[in-house]
Amino acid sequence: MSKFHKKQGNANPTISTASLPDIVFMLLFFFMVVTKMRDTELKVAVNTPQASELTKLEKKSLVNFIFIGRPTLKFQDEYGTKPRIQLGDKFSTPEDIPLFLEKHKVTVSEGFKDRIITSLKVDGNVTMGIVSDVKTSLRKAGQIKINYSAKKRDRTK
Amino acid sequence: MAKRSSRNRMSNEINAGSMADIAFLLLIFFLVTTVIAEDKGVLVKLPPWSEEPPENMKLNTRNVYSVLVNAQNQLLVRGQAMEIKEFKSHTIEFITNPQKREDLSEAPTKALVSLKNDRGTNYATYLEVYNELKAAYNEIWEDQAKKRFGRPLEDLNKTQREEISSSFPLVISEAEPTKFGEEK
Repeated sequence: MSKFHKKQGNANPTISTASLPDIVFMLLFFFMVVTKMRDTELKVAVNTPQASELTKLEKKSLVNFIFIGRPTLKFQDEYGTKPRIQLGDKFSTPEDIPLFLEKHKVTVSEGFKDRIITSLKVDGNVTMGIVSDVKTSLRKAGQIKINYSAKKRDRTK
Repeated sequence: MAKRSSRNRMSNEINAGSMADIAFLLLIFFLVTTVIAEDKGVLVKLPPWSEEPPENMKLNTRNVYSVLVNAQNQLLVRGQAMEIKEFKSHTIEFITNPQKREDLSEAPTKALVSLKNDRGTNYATYLEVYNELKAAYNEIWEDQAKKRFGRPLEDLNKTQREEISSSFPLVISEAEPTKFGEEK
């Protein structure tokens, strides 16, 4: 009994906050690692349509992105308002797609090359002509797994 | 000498009390600026490219579900104009053919969806139609999962899933788009 009674009375009831910075830093590093700053500047306006049957893209390193949309205000003087394709950070044509895919492919390790997915981020207000051209080009390049990027909505009844 | 004694009197620890504040500030900054990128979309497998024209397959017309989306974003299903709202239930009826009607598909395994669009078709409309087709199949699969295994589709294992998807295979054939309504 005496063991438990010893400290009572004169204990200083403050919680040590010395480890608080450590905890906060841990959280901080977590968010810093998780955060992905947008690395490519979007030169085309892309507002993807809504869909209900969505699949999540799991491995970011296996995905390459093709943007299709109208050039943003900044680039309209130079490129007009007709829908354009953006690969990486520049305006492109469907003929540039094979090289673009190849450049991405070399960054992927050998066993995963057949699991590469191309994500098409296409503005809803674009006509299918340019999308078809991209699709044909992808098929010719042997990239047949694609993903039409879309926002989540509920399934219609 | 006096200097040294005064230094000794000072506690030579840096006050770390404000460290937490600084860290919190950074933390909140990152919390606010983080957008956890949500990349979701409709997964599609394109047919591989071949130089030769495809073989002319003899298909029974009752098994073909032809869907046309024209440059005015109107939907034509098996020769009839249709609203997008009715499209999914119509598709489900065609595939499963519960009343064994003569003009709908013989069997779900024989059903084939043929999707065609114009170059002038709006992308949002096209994706919506594609999405409804996928939704129709997903609904059938979920239904079958309940019927056959008494469990929702996501709880089934791989072989069970394959059993369902092989008896209701999703076959969408996409024709080359016609040149109508191309944006100049």
